[in-house]
Amino acid sequence: MSIAVRNVKKTFGSFHALDDLSLDIDSGELVALLGPSGCGKTTLLRIIAGLEQADSGQVLFEGEDATDIHVRKRQVGFVFQHYALFRHMTVFENVAFGLKVRPRAVRPSKAEIAERVHELLNLVQLDWLADRMPNQLSGGQRQRIALARALAVEPKVLLLDEPFGALDAKVRMELRRWLRRLHDELHVTSVFVTHDQEEAMEVSDRVVVMNRGRIEQLGAPAEIYDHPANPFVYEFIGQVNKLAGRISNGAVEFGGIRANLGIPDLADAESVITYVRPHEIDVRPGQEAAEGWLPATVETSSVAGPTLRLDTRLTATGEEVHVEIRRGHAEHDSLRQGDVVQLKPLNPRVFAPPSAA
Amino acid sequence: MAAAQKNLALREPVWVQWLLTTVALAFLVLFLVIPLITVFYEAFRQGLGVYWAAITEPDAQSAIRLTLLTVAIAVPINTLFGIAAAWAITKHRFRGKQFLTTLIDLPFAVSPIVAGLIYLLLYGAQGWWGGWLIENDLRVVFAVPGIVLVIMFGTLPFVARELIPHMQEQGTDFEEAAVSLGASGLQTFFKVTLPAIKWSLLYGIILCNARAMGEFGAVTVVSGNIRGETNTMPLHVEVLYNEYQLAAAFAVASLLAGLALVTIVLKTLIEWKTERDRRLDEISFQAHYEASLQAQKQDPRP
Amino acid sequence: MSTAVLPTRAPWGILPRRRQRSALPGFGLTLGFTLSYLGFIVLLPIIALFIKAMELSLSEIWDIATEPRAMASYRLSFGGSFIAASINMVFGLIVAWVLVRYQFPGKKLIDALVDLPFALPTAVAGIALTGLYASTGWIGQYFEPFGIRIAYTQIGVIIALTFIGLPFVVRIVQPVLQDLEAEVEEAAASLGASRWQTFARVLFPALLPALLTGFALAFARAVGEFGSVIFIAGNIPFDTEITPLLIFIKLEQYDFTGAAALGAVMLVAAFVLLLVINMLQAWASTRSRRA
Repeated sequence: MSIAVRNVKKTFGSFHALDDLSLDIDSGELVALLGPSGCGKTTLLRIIAGLEQADSGQVLFEGEDATDIHVRKRQVGFVFQHYALFRHMTVFENVAFGLKVRPRAVRPSKAEIAERVHELLNLVQLDWLADRMPNQLSGGQRQRIALARALAVEPKVLLLDEPFGALDAKVRMELRRWLRRLHDELHVTSVFVTHDQEEAMEVSDRVVVMNRGRIEQLGAPAEIYDHPANPFVYEFIGQVNKLAGRISNGAVEFGGIRANLGIPDLADAESVITYVRPHEIDVRPGQEAAEGWLPATVETSSVAGPTLRLDTRLTATGEEVHVEIRRGHAEHDSLRQGDVVQLKPLNPRVFAPPSAA
Repeated sequence: MAAAQKNLALREPVWVQWLLTTVALAFLVLFLVIPLITVFYEAFRQGLGVYWAAITEPDAQSAIRLTLLTVAIAVPINTLFGIAAAWAITKHRFRGKQFLTTLIDLPFAVSPIVAGLIYLLLYGAQGWWGGWLIENDLRVVFAVPGIVLVIMFGTLPFVARELIPHMQEQGTDFEEAAVSLGASGLQTFFKVTLPAIKWSLLYGIILCNARAMGEFGAVTVVSGNIRGETNTMPLHVEVLYNEYQLAAAFAVASLLAGLALVTIVLKTLIEWKTERDRRLDEISFQAHYEASLQAQKQDPRP
Repeated sequence: MSTAVLPTRAPWGILPRRRQRSALPGFGLTLGFTLSYLGFIVLLPIIALFIKAMELSLSEIWDIATEPRAMASYRLSFGGSFIAASINMVFGLIVAWVLVRYQFPGKKLIDALVDLPFALPTAVAGIALTGLYASTGWIGQYFEPFGIRIAYTQIGVIIALTFIGLPFVVRIVQPVLQDLEAEVEEAAASLGASRWQTFARVLFPALLPALLTGFALAFARAVGEFGSVIFIAGNIPFDTEITPLLIFIKLEQYDFTGAAALGAVMLVAAFVLLLVINMLQAWASTRSRRA
């Protein structure tokens, strides 16, 4: 089922949690809401679920207005960050809860409930835990039971709030791959909230990058990483170098050194910031200057697996530039502190500096 | 905690430990243990016969009956109030919550005599509604309804004050989970909230009950001390004491002291139980943590 | 309680924020009941008191509230409560410390018994303490030879007020002491502080908000206390007559306005104390969060 969010606003006191936000999610998609804490991602998820009411705006399910439909009737499955498993019920009872509370007329029989619960427990591969209490489970198991419980009511939409947030790094990795496989099996429209970019990139079909109650960028993971729409996304996703400069006659000047970065249609500007990823920088040892190359001095050089990390300082401006290149080239591997190198930004982007706000 | 104090750096000299323990115990024995023993000692000093007679004579019986009656009305109503107030305050957002919480605390800070006084001024013959009440031949003060009302006032905070911090701590996740799974309001309360708060609720009710049975000052003001009619147990104790029937006074008092002891025992049991549950939660989580890492790999894939 | 007449929307004054209905049901019902009940049981009678007191002019209220007998009763009620709460603060801290930090046989029993004054009816406490401290009582007899009388004197009043306020400091300090991390003390010790310095400069400041909150609660409870005091006090005007008793005496003399005037004074004192307690608790909670 598709979800549409239309011009949703939400304030808590004077804090704007969501600021006129609109979003379309296609049927069967797995979408990540990614952003720093306080960006409004959890609020958005809770508004889609009906756990929170927007001040204004609409939520549409399959084109139909669901804004005023109570969460009880909205048929969403919600998985809480801390699982919210009912402590006094066994795993089986937890998963059966949504079926057992149905009005008598539409409630499945005991046998049907038992069958459905075991089906779901098999799906999350934890049928052998049916009689345990939640406090006898590990974090990862709890999360999978919480998911099974949410799926028991056959939700049209599955919403997950920081589903792996409370888990150990290793369990987290395994579980998110598992979630991806599960989604491919079930194809229920799913939205999950995370502040972990790696998680968002790895699991989702599309990522919604949020900041201060707005959407900064929306797209497939690769698209977001390769073509960040603005400085915020650049800085939030992956590592980036920021170089201050100005633009004149289509080229960027860094403290007196002009470099044609190969970006078309640059308008003159007194103050700009150039964003370039550490691994998108070409390095050439030596003093010899050339068009498009910037001289810098190596400060430290360190090895991280297959990657060589260079911390350098631009000769012209004194700004730090971090460079990551593959190891194995003798001319790079032998670089030491104090060596002068030439750097060439590949795929840089130029933005006006963020305003004071 | 104390067991963890094996670290020498964090320990006082032994003589200081002895001194502090002795002072603390002496203080508690002097102020708590000896008065408690006195009640039972005086009650039984003149033998079981006197004791039995004191608690079975008609006035004592009527005081016991009246006390049970008032408690049977006041405690359930205050329990409902406590649940409703705690639900509104902990599961919803609204302005003025802090003010409301303070208002619930208010009867705790008001002198029992003032509590009786304000009811006298509202329902008494000179009070606001006094004229109307007399015209309609309704008696509130110097009668049972007045006693029930002042007891409701005095014990109003207890259930709410037990529940609010506990329900606050639990947050709204469980209820939201239940509602998102399709549970109705009542289903959510009875199947999810109530099982989680049952022990604090029980303790709140027990404490409310003990305080209701023991309420003295406010009841003194509004009861009119009509023997055999509007005397509750504490008032009956006072009457006997003032008539120098010490053994009888202490006999009735010993019933109330017994109730206080039961209250404390139940509280302790409840605390042990909740503490054990919480520790079980933590311990088993730790124990299963390592196992889970293994289990995740060994899960039979369907 | 008829639920049908209760407002389903929040009553005026405590409005939910616009369209911020919680997903959880029962807000209107529970808040409606809460406010109606509070209004009926607590607010209405209190308003009745102030209106009754208003029958007098302010200067008349002032005269009643400051007449010598009333002033003497305040001295005893507030002064005695202050002394009793101070005793409880000192010994309460020691009791809490011993219960949290040391092991000794019967500790759990003693710990449980601390709640006795919460659960024991005040009249029962009153006759028990009077019996103990009378000149022929178990404890009183040892003071009699020295010419010290406890029951029917101001000392007796203070003893009763100490009894009823005993649990507050212990029960408020205990959890705070329990939650103090050993690391803080270890840090102090590793920096060369003696045990006493660690207590005075590290532990005590951390416990102070809780201690003061306990003090304020014990004080508030003692100021209004009636049942346990009247038996042991002797109730002699200008000497051992507490303010609640003076109000009671005025009522027995059908001096309703006089009683209302004194009652209003006590109520205002209660409001102020509640306010102070709230502020202390807020302070205590920010303090523990910072730690």
